[in-house]
Amino acid sequence: MRLRNPLRSEAGMYRFLWIVVGGAIVIVVAALINKWVGVAAAVVFFAALTWWFLHEPVPGSADPPKQVVSETSGGQHRVLVIATPGTESVEVPEGAEVLVVVPALASKLEAATGAVDDRRADAEATAASLGEQLGARAEVGADNPGLAAQDALRVFGADEVLVAGDGEMVDAIRERVAIPVSPV
Amino acid sequence: MSAAAHVEHGHSDHGDHEHHGPPVPHYSSRIKPETLGMYLFIASEIMLFGSFFTAYFFVRVVNGVPWPTPPYELPVFVAAINTAILMTSSATMHWATVAIKKGNVWGMRAGLTLTFLMGLSFLISQIYEYLRAGFATKDGAFPTIFFTLTGLHGCHVFVGLSILLFMAIRAFRGHFSAEHHHGVEIGGIYWHFVDVMWIVVFATVYLL
Repeated sequence: MRLRNPLRSEAGMYRFLWIVVGGAIVIVVAALINKWVGVAAAVVFFAALTWWFLHEPVPGSADPPKQVVSETSGGQHRVLVIATPGTESVEVPEGAEVLVVVPALASKLEAATGAVDDRRADAEATAASLGEQLGARAEVGADNPGLAAQDALRVFGADEVLVAGDGEMVDAIRERVAIPVSPV
Repeated sequence: MSAAAHVEHGHSDHGDHEHHGPPVPHYSSRIKPETLGMYLFIASEIMLFGSFFTAYFFVRVVNGVPWPTPPYELPVFVAAINTAILMTSSATMHWATVAIKKGNVWGMRAGLTLTFLMGLSFLISQIYEYLRAGFATKDGAFPTIFFTLTGLHGCHVFVGLSILLFMAIRAFRGHFSAEHHHGVEIGGIYWHFVDVMWIVVFATVYLL
């Protein structure tokens, strides 16, 4: 779920201020009528505010991802491979320059508690194995495949992304990157 | 370099351009540093104001201390005037931001100047209110909570005024343009935040 950050811009914060003013007026008037009416108004106001934050569409979130045709100068084809931990082999186009990234996938509980050492160790082992197999660089990425792909593309200008993972993972990466993404 | 070594260090030694200087910063795109900074700042502010409001509710709801405790009275009228001043200052702050986004430099300068003056009026008025309150922190739980909550907010107004002063100086020196006005935008966010907190303080301390 993508949330709008109400404090991201001055205009957003200005609007938030007037929402707070409106809510305060409602709560104070209700409380002057009766204490418990005021409490109820406060509960309703905060619930409505939360609902609004959760449901207000993020600008551009409904737009289809923009596809970019990227070609590296000199004819060198670059491929970013995102592979789940445990992947044993990946086929890549011959002659391509490859970067392998293995996201350190962790459960929500593991990520929240920071107990990701074992998951990172799994990812490192897979990355080392695939890197040696393909003769390519291999790294451990973020625990979210989409973020791992984004991070990698900051320093590796790939022409395409190959995903060794399930369809959900492919979709998650497609949401975040603008170059072609395909399953392998 | 071996794959394992790359795994360990996680840096790039290839590319079309030779790299000079320090290595590329390695951080996840999950959250940008400036956004993380804003989140941490807001979290700290929530905890700070939250602790003071906890004391307020404890004194008033749990202990049932009359609010305001007789024979004292709260200067509601002056505070209402102050509220109007602060809300108007938010409008002028917004005007300044909108103006510079359209390339209207003088609009921005006028907006920032008015915002600063109104913020200063608020602070002076609050100091005057303190001097005329007729009670002090030593007079019990009610005055203590009143001064600490409104004083904490006053400190934020002072910080906001300092930021506004520097923004105004930079504005008159021509540092901002339609393309580059990040400083006005960030200062505006802070100023509106201060106003949001005042609404909460005003509603709970003076009106409820």
